[in-house]
This record gives sequence, C-alpha cells and structure tokens, in this order.
Amino acid sequence: MLSAVSASVAESILPKTGALGTLVARLKHTLPDLPYDYNALEPYISADIMKLHHQKHHQTYVNNLNAAEEQLAEAMHKDNINQIIKLQPVLKFNGGGHINHSIFWEVLSPNGGGEPTGDLMHIITRDFGSFDRMKEELTNVTVAIQGSGWGWLGYNPNSFRLRVAALPNQDPLQPTTGLIPLFGIDVWEHAYYLQYKNVRPDYVKAIWNIVNWNAVSERLAAAKQCS
Amino acid sequence: MAVAVKKRNVFQISIFFGILTYSNGDAYPYQCIREIKEEYTLPTLPYGYGDLEPYIDEATVKVHHTGHHAAYTKKMNVALQQWRNDPVEGVTIKNTNHLAEKSILDILKEIEEVPQKYRKALTNNGGGFVNHNIYWSVMSPNPENKERLPREPLLSDINKNFGNFSQFVDIFTKDALALFGSGYVWLSRNPLDGNKLLVSTTANQDSPISQRFQPILVLDVWEHAYYLKYQNRRPDHISEWWKIVDWNVVEKLDNWWKDIPQHDEL
Repeated sequence: MLSAVSASVAESILPKTGALGTLVARLKHTLPDLPYDYNALEPYISADIMKLHHQKHHQTYVNNLNAAEEQLAEAMHKDNINQIIKLQPVLKFNGGGHINHSIFWEVLSPNGGGEPTGDLMHIITRDFGSFDRMKEELTNVTVAIQGSGWGWLGYNPNSFRLRVAALPNQDPLQPTTGLIPLFGIDVWEHAYYLQYKNVRPDYVKAIWNIVNWNAVSERLAAAKQCS
Repeated sequence: MAVAVKKRNVFQISIFFGILTYSNGDAYPYQCIREIKEEYTLPTLPYGYGDLEPYIDEATVKVHHTGHHAAYTKKMNVALQQWRNDPVEGVTIKNTNHLAEKSILDILKEIEEVPQKYRKALTNNGGGFVNHNIYWSVMSPNPENKERLPREPLLSDINKNFGNFSQFVDIFTKDALALFGSGYVWLSRNPLDGNKLLVSTTANQDSPISQRFQPILVLDVWEHAYYLKYQNRRPDHISEWWKIVDWNVVEKLDNWWKDIPQHDEL
C-alpha cells in the first residue's frame, strides 16, 4: 500500500493543451479518502482535528500542488529556467505536504497501538535495542522539533537499518534524506492544537495508541524490495 | 500660590505615570529586553486576556502568554544561567564585557558569538522571549472597531518606503500569507541602510535583531497565534489583526530604538 499517492496519481491523467497548442499530459493529484471515519481516532485525535486536517490542510496542499505543477509545465514549455527554479519551494511545500499526509492517514488506525510483531519488531529491536528505546527516541526527537515539522521512523535502503529523523515544515523524508518513510508524526500545531493546545508531549504520547503497525510493516516490506 | 499649583501638577503627573507602569516597572513588555538580568520575568500584558476580542480570542491570548511565551522565558533563563556558569564557556570572574553578561537584546544582536553549545537554545528561547515581548506591545484593544492609522512622522516614512500605507499593508499581508510553516512578519528599520523601513520575515523564533534590524511591528503567524479561533483561515486572522495594531506604541518603539547605542560602547 505504498500508496494513496500513487493511487490518486493513477486516478486521472488529463490531456491538456499547452500555450503553443502542444498536448501536455498532466497528472492531477486528488485528496485520498481516510481509511476510517473522522471520529475513529478518538480520544487520541479528535474528530474536529481530523476533519480540518484532512478536508482543509491536506486538500490545500493538493490544490496548491496541482496549481504549482501547472505552472511548472508552462515554465518547462517556455524553457524558462528561472521560473522553474522559482517554483521549487512551492513544489516542495505542497508536494511534501501531500506525500506526508497521504502516508500519515495510512499509518494511523483506530485498531492500532500496542507493539509490532514479526520482521518489523525484529528490525526495531536490532537497530534500537528495544521497542521502548525506539519509541523514546522518536518521541524525544519529535517533541523537540522547533516550529513546524515531522518526526519519522525511516528505513535506510543502503545500510538496511532503521533510523529516526526530524524534518522541518513539509520537507519529505525520502528526497531529503534518502530514508524511506515507515511511520511519521505530524507536529505542525494544526495536527494537535485544538485538543492539546501547547502540550505537544501529550499529543505525541497519545499517538502511540493508534499506530497502525500492519501498515508500517507493509511499508517496511515494500521498502526492502526497493533496496 | 504659584508654588502650590506646581506641587499639585507634579503629584498629578506622578499618578498618571503610576497608572501607566506595571509591576515590573516597565510600561510595555518590549522595554525589559535591553535590561541586564539574572533572570527575566514573563512580562504582564498591557491588557486583559479577553480585551483583544473579537480579533484574537481570550483562550488564544491566555495560552499564548501563559503557555508559549512563559515556556520560552523559562527555557531562556535556564540557557542563560547554564552559559554564565559554564566553567569553560562562561565567566568564572564576573566580566561585564562578556557577551553572556549582557542583555538578551545584545545577545541576540550577536547570536553568532554565542558558543555553539548554547546558540540553538538562545536563538529559539531568547528569540521566543523577545519576539513575544514586542508582539504583545504593539497590539491594543479596539472594542469600537475604529480605523487605526500611523501618524506623522512614521506615516511619511511608510509612504516614502512603500508608496502609501495601503501598499505597505498589502506587502506585509502578502508576506504573512506566503510564510510557510512557523514564523513572523516584521516591519523594521535598518540602521545600516539609512534607517529605511523594510518588511521582512523570520522562521521559527529567529529575530530580525540578529540581522541588526530594529523591529517596530510584528505579526506572529505560528499556528498557535490563531488556530483556536481561525483554524486554517490565516487570511481572516491577518485582516482582523490590522484592527488591533497600536500605531502609538509602534511609534514609541521606533523612538526607543533611537536611544539604543548601535555599537558596543563598553
């Protein structure tokens, strides 16, 4: 299930006429559905937050990504390198936002929590000493993020090891660090503020109750196949 | 007769200033940033938590002040104390020329000189402390939704640097909308460029003071500044915020900077 992103990408390929009459095939991104109801993650994440987070924030990243890609197509069409470069930040913000949130919805579940089993548990124990130590490291790194960002558990396809990483804003894990994202925690204030206010540690502590270890295991299996 | 009248006027003036000042002796939160302190205190707001309604809701002001600003204050004090008592990096003999012994304003001005060990903590928490001190200062209640404008000579300066006031508002607002993630939008003077006014942004708790600018107006666009009332609707928050900007205080702050020495005169 590497993705909602690839699913939405495959969903609609629109032929579009460029400025000079050339056909430009375009992929239009769409907001993936949540695999559960808005209230399904309560009491750990409120329905209000889930609704806003999905319908407003994630939708905005999708809309802005589509708009930026249209501008990119036009800039490439006109061979306007300056404009191509100028679009990089907005592509990163919104592309990263779409990627990150698409992963996030999948790796949470109302039936989640507890501890992983199988290969994932084995590799966590191998690389961190114990599940609790991985949990502590990811928690601390995530809580310590200044401003907006994400904490990640990622897989290094070169060393075959798990790593914890924190990234600012919507910087996507794989293009930025090479790590393949397995599980992420969104600590932009919009992810928790309505419920937890400034007490980010409580939110990060709560999220461990809804980790979808099955989905994370599947992501690990897929990541291993890529390396 | 003339002497009695004079005495009464002095008495009245004292009462007036007495009402203006707060428990820590400062009229506005920004003033304490140039003081050298063992430990800084969270400044009292110049208004009640609910007084910025309906533009900023009471719950937000309260958490913003007692939660976020208080945490930055506390962590800044910890970092300052650790630095000052560091046997290697700090001072074993009290040396008033040492950066650690200066005010948080001076420390932020020379943030690159802070030892690596303490730089991040002071950038984030010292910045957080100072940024919020300025933020609270430049807002005031506007219960009657009166239009607010800067007056001379600041208005002329704004016109000179931005064309006219409404163009300035546009530029500032556009920057506030475009800022991705957490940060601030500032109106500052640049003393290294003929004291010109400029609009700039900083990420997280970075301060334009570290760029040697003199900030006189700030808008906090961290989500915590508006999420409880506006959620993702940052544009609405921004347009409402303009109504509580207190241009009299912006002017005071502008004048306050003129009294601060630009260079280390010690």
